[in-house]
Amino acid sequence: MSIMANYHALTGNEAVAYAMKQIAPDVVAAYPITPQTSLMQKFSDFVADGDVDTEMILVESEHSAMSACVGAAASGVRTMTATAANGLALMWEIVYIAASSRLPIVMPVVNRALSAPINIHCDHSDAMGARDSGWIQLWSENAQEAYDNTIQAVKIAEDPDVRLPVMVNLDGFVISHGMENVDIYDDKKVKSFIGEYKPLVNLLDLKHPVTIGPLDLQDYYFEHKRQQAEGMMHAQKAIDKVGKEFGASFGREYDIVEGYKLEDADFVIIGLGSTMGTLRMVIDEARKSGMKAGFLKLRVFRPFPKEIVRKHLKGKKAVAVLDRSDSFNAVSGPLYSEITSALYGVADIPVVNYIYGLGGRDTSVSMLHRVVKDTYDISKSGKCDNILNYLGVR
Amino acid sequence: MATIKELLQRESALSSGHRMCAGCTAPIIVKLISLASKYPLVVSCATGCLEVATTIYPYTAWKCSFIHNAFENSAATISGVETAYRALRKKGKIKNEIKFIGFGGDGGMYDIGLQALSGAMERGHDILTVCYDNEAYMNTGIQRSSATPKGAATTTSPAGKVIPGKKQFRKDLTGIMAAHKIPYVAQASPSHWQDLVKKVEKALEIKGPKFMNILMPCTLGWRFMVDEGIEMAKLAVETCFWPLYEIENGKHAVTYKPKEKKRLIEFIEKQGRFSHLKKEKNKHIIDELQKDVDRNWEELLRKA
Repeated sequence: MSIMANYHALTGNEAVAYAMKQIAPDVVAAYPITPQTSLMQKFSDFVADGDVDTEMILVESEHSAMSACVGAAASGVRTMTATAANGLALMWEIVYIAASSRLPIVMPVVNRALSAPINIHCDHSDAMGARDSGWIQLWSENAQEAYDNTIQAVKIAEDPDVRLPVMVNLDGFVISHGMENVDIYDDKKVKSFIGEYKPLVNLLDLKHPVTIGPLDLQDYYFEHKRQQAEGMMHAQKAIDKVGKEFGASFGREYDIVEGYKLEDADFVIIGLGSTMGTLRMVIDEARKSGMKAGFLKLRVFRPFPKEIVRKHLKGKKAVAVLDRSDSFNAVSGPLYSEITSALYGVADIPVVNYIYGLGGRDTSVSMLHRVVKDTYDISKSGKCDNILNYLGVR
Repeated sequence: MATIKELLQRESALSSGHRMCAGCTAPIIVKLISLASKYPLVVSCATGCLEVATTIYPYTAWKCSFIHNAFENSAATISGVETAYRALRKKGKIKNEIKFIGFGGDGGMYDIGLQALSGAMERGHDILTVCYDNEAYMNTGIQRSSATPKGAATTTSPAGKVIPGKKQFRKDLTGIMAAHKIPYVAQASPSHWQDLVKKVEKALEIKGPKFMNILMPCTLGWRFMVDEGIEMAKLAVETCFWPLYEIENGKHAVTYKPKEKKRLIEFIEKQGRFSHLKKEKNKHIIDELQKDVDRNWEELLRKA
């Protein structure tokens, strides 16, 4: 099947807003925050011009945004919001409630540093802080992926075996405000790809009244948490399936992870988000100078693809993990903890950690060259003396 | 107003068998509100007594659909439900006319949920928000709220050797809601049930955001006998501590004027939370409270 590309010059935020227009959620409740603002502004234009018939709730805070989303989603309609950084932090309490109530809300998170000090630029501390909230997390390398992930997120969230909300992460400013050529798909094809939403329960079904959000004590709470965990366990299969179906429909197939020159690599750099784009070039250059480098990009951080990570890292001589947030646990960043946990007991590989790009600090080609060179040295010596490194800090 | 016969033919949204305290006046309020509605209801409720005691999984006392989200967001949550309803109505996917009510106590409406309440009212959702005001955080063990009257002892504003209960006057939430210039704001009491029912009936016929503040005497927190709740509510009205009035499109109307305004002491002396005010050194607080009630009542009469 040949698929005609339909490229538009769009920023990441515009591309995601376009995906939202095509998804046409019944309800969107949102509050503006940099760098998410231009996303909601664009979507508001679509609503104001009648290009989409979504009912918008322009709330007075992110807390109310997620609260209204919970109310709408519990009423059985397709529901979306978007936020960033402090906005995500303010809705934190309800972020957990959305997941625990098994409501398939989709939320682009335009990743930005958390305060203090206040900083509007990219890092991953917002989404990483919410990594145990029970939301599925998709991560995007560029505007195309942000657009594609947003469309897929709807189907993943609503999968009957999953029924969990999904965060679509895109790097603030780097992706959200950078303009790229984005292949926009046909409205009707997107509509048919996501299909009709069939909610399991619905507050508005007068024939079947339901109580949502009851008090759940020692005798049942644990079982409900276990069921929630089960939903997340099913998520990887659903994400995989939706990624393949997406490929069949639109010509871009998505895996849980993406490897670059990974198969024959001696050592591997792991990360997520836009920095992986820069890393492609750095790896090409490293290869030219005789270093057998490769990368493993995680498109999915929740559920954590443990087995896939293990499979790809088995037999490698060294691994570097790039973390665009700090856990402040005096050991490592959050991604490092997950990777080393996956490797525990199956492979004895030295793994080095780089905290980088906090508060939008530019991560230059030369910095990534240093990461590649250091990891190469570790692969040769088999030793990693200094696990925790802060890349590009003065 | 629907006749009492008509009201009794309707089904209460709240079934018996819930686990509210003996003598609690909240279920009476909920029952009156639901009987006053000729429409099917969908309700939200803030975390609090009403929520925890009516929905202990796997049981629910609610016969209509019910959602509890968190403490501070009942109004935001029901605004999401109402918006979903409008989205589905627009698409012809839902035919029935449904009314939406967001409940919260004084914690959920006066304090932690004030922002969400204000936002939902300002946005113009077609919802009725109801504060069942029992004048403290009763669910967590009678801590002071901004609705607690001056001088009342709570567990966080106890009557101590130095400090005689809560130091501040109550916040006027009904006034704050009126300042939102929404189409309908009212104060009601379960003691005057016909007045309450009339107000709910009126509110549900008005399109747009509505707010009702309903006094809810609490046997544990106010410290009176379990069969005295309605009597306490009545005294609150008769002393003009809790005037019954409404503001429809900006127009104030007092819906009940006591034939003879009782002295506030009659309301205060029956409640354990005020018992320390009987001490000579605290009597000035009763005078201050009386002055406050008088001033508010006169102000209300001027506006009406």
